[in-house]
Amino acid sequence: MNPFLLDSELPADPNSAEAQQNAYTLGPIQAGPACCEPTPLISVEALSLSYAGKPALSDISLDIYQGCITALIGPSGCGKTSFLSALNRLTDLIPGCRVSGRIHYKSRDIHATGQDVQGLRRDIGMIFQKPTPFPLSIRRNIELPLREHGMRHAADLEQRVQQVLQDVGLWAEVKDRLDAPAQALSGGQQQRLCIARALALQPKVLLMDEPCSALDPLSSGVVEDLIQSLRGRYTVVIVTHNLAQARRIANYAGFFWVGEQAGCLVEFGRCRQIFETPRHELTAAYVNGARG
Amino acid sequence: MINAHLRKALSKQTWQPAIRDWLKNTLATGLINLTALVVSGLFVWLLSDVVLHGLPKLSWGFVFDAPRNAGRAGGIAPIIVSTSWILLVAIAAAAPLGLATAVLLTEFTRPASRFGRCVEASVGVLAGVPSIVFGLFGNAFFCVYLKLGFSILSGGLTLACMVLPILIHTAVEGLRAAPDEYRQAAAALGMSRSAALLHLLIPAAAPALLAGLLLGIGRAGAETAALIFTSGYVDRMPGSWLDSGRALSVHIYDLSMNVAGGDANAYASALVLIVLLLTINSLAMALTQHWLHKKMIRL
Repeated sequence: MNPFLLDSELPADPNSAEAQQNAYTLGPIQAGPACCEPTPLISVEALSLSYAGKPALSDISLDIYQGCITALIGPSGCGKTSFLSALNRLTDLIPGCRVSGRIHYKSRDIHATGQDVQGLRRDIGMIFQKPTPFPLSIRRNIELPLREHGMRHAADLEQRVQQVLQDVGLWAEVKDRLDAPAQALSGGQQQRLCIARALALQPKVLLMDEPCSALDPLSSGVVEDLIQSLRGRYTVVIVTHNLAQARRIANYAGFFWVGEQAGCLVEFGRCRQIFETPRHELTAAYVNGARG
Repeated sequence: MINAHLRKALSKQTWQPAIRDWLKNTLATGLINLTALVVSGLFVWLLSDVVLHGLPKLSWGFVFDAPRNAGRAGGIAPIIVSTSWILLVAIAAAAPLGLATAVLLTEFTRPASRFGRCVEASVGVLAGVPSIVFGLFGNAFFCVYLKLGFSILSGGLTLACMVLPILIHTAVEGLRAAPDEYRQAAAALGMSRSAALLHLLIPAAAPALLAGLLLGIGRAGAETAALIFTSGYVDRMPGSWLDSGRALSVHIYDLSMNVAGGDANAYASALVLIVLLLTINSLAMALTQHWLHKKMIRL
């Protein structure tokens, strides 16, 4: 029995035609730490973040557990996306953005001097709300970052491209048109391609910023199944406005709220606990749909 | 009675504005169409004037012969060669410099920083300088100070200074219009900024870069004032880029202003200049299309 499955989780129907055509090749889930005795992979301590002096997040502390899916929920503008971008230092790209506090990844402060930021981002990939395929062919979209990281042999590249496309269940759909422009794919396919592109770098952590919210319900379902299938092999942090989705896929959930000046973390814990027995009244109101 | 009043009021309120709107719309549409007609009419008039007067003089001999009798007879072969050299020097000097400046401004300078604002202001001022001033500057700096003399090199470099603002401006616009998502997604994949620039942003900005290059070539090809003092007006075949060479525009100016009876050849030369610029334009567009297509498929 898969130790990462939630108590409430039902296995997806494996007999549907699409499921068989696009059978995931992730294989048996690696024996990671079970979620009942979780190991923190990323530890955030007293993280505060401001844009041009205006605080956006204040004093966030939480642990991201290895192999688990952590969902961040909360209303718009409470800093969930900023928090996510701080984890792989994408906030460096934003002029005027200041981060304080400590983020430990593999027990090393990611803001320490001498930190290899490109390596960090390769380890901690990010998927954006809007699919961001490059204006290149499907194959080149995956090959370009690989080549940047020193993978040169055509056979290796070829093999990796096929492997990650199979992992995201896109291989059967695109194997005959790998040289077609990626931007001609449908929204859901583009998002899966972006996930494949990130997986190609063999990251440890995937940060996902509302990966399903720009997709139609069917594509959204496919991407959600894909995220489910990443559990155990990758550590996933997902921002979502879809509470039902958070409930379906997450092991852990963090509830953000707009505090007096900046966003703050109201409650963090096992997903089930957050949804069923929230400790804070704001959380209860939000997950029950009374607020937010 | 009340009914009649009501109807009158209603008709006043509904019909008069309707007529006014109709009139406004018709007038506006008419004006817009008229503008379009005037603009395209001017172009057609100009072009047909040059073609009608120039075509009878045009022959292979005209293109491949040297000018005789101060250009009244003979052809323009050395002048075409000089023009091509001057344009080549100008673009070879200005294009890399322009692109590099644009990259510096858009990718490696924080927006609204003092340095960035200074450079952009200088580019703006440079764009507004009259070409005769560039000519004098080119003469003083390239011909005299750097001792390049009246030469194709001096003329080309002077033109490079002149088209630089156009190239920088269009390249900056093109790079700024390249989606920010590419920068973010590339960074999230651990790609360096230069890799993102080379593989994603510059290709995305390529149409704008090309448009700027063509504008630059057009402006350089049409330039007369800046060249008279720098590349000179010797109409012999240039032996090297340190020789003086007469550009087509200078030749046209000379024939139409200084040489009595040179009008027919001036028209023919103008026609050649137009054809030359159109050829460069379509060639550059085709090349970029081809390059972009290749770029998309492999590295």
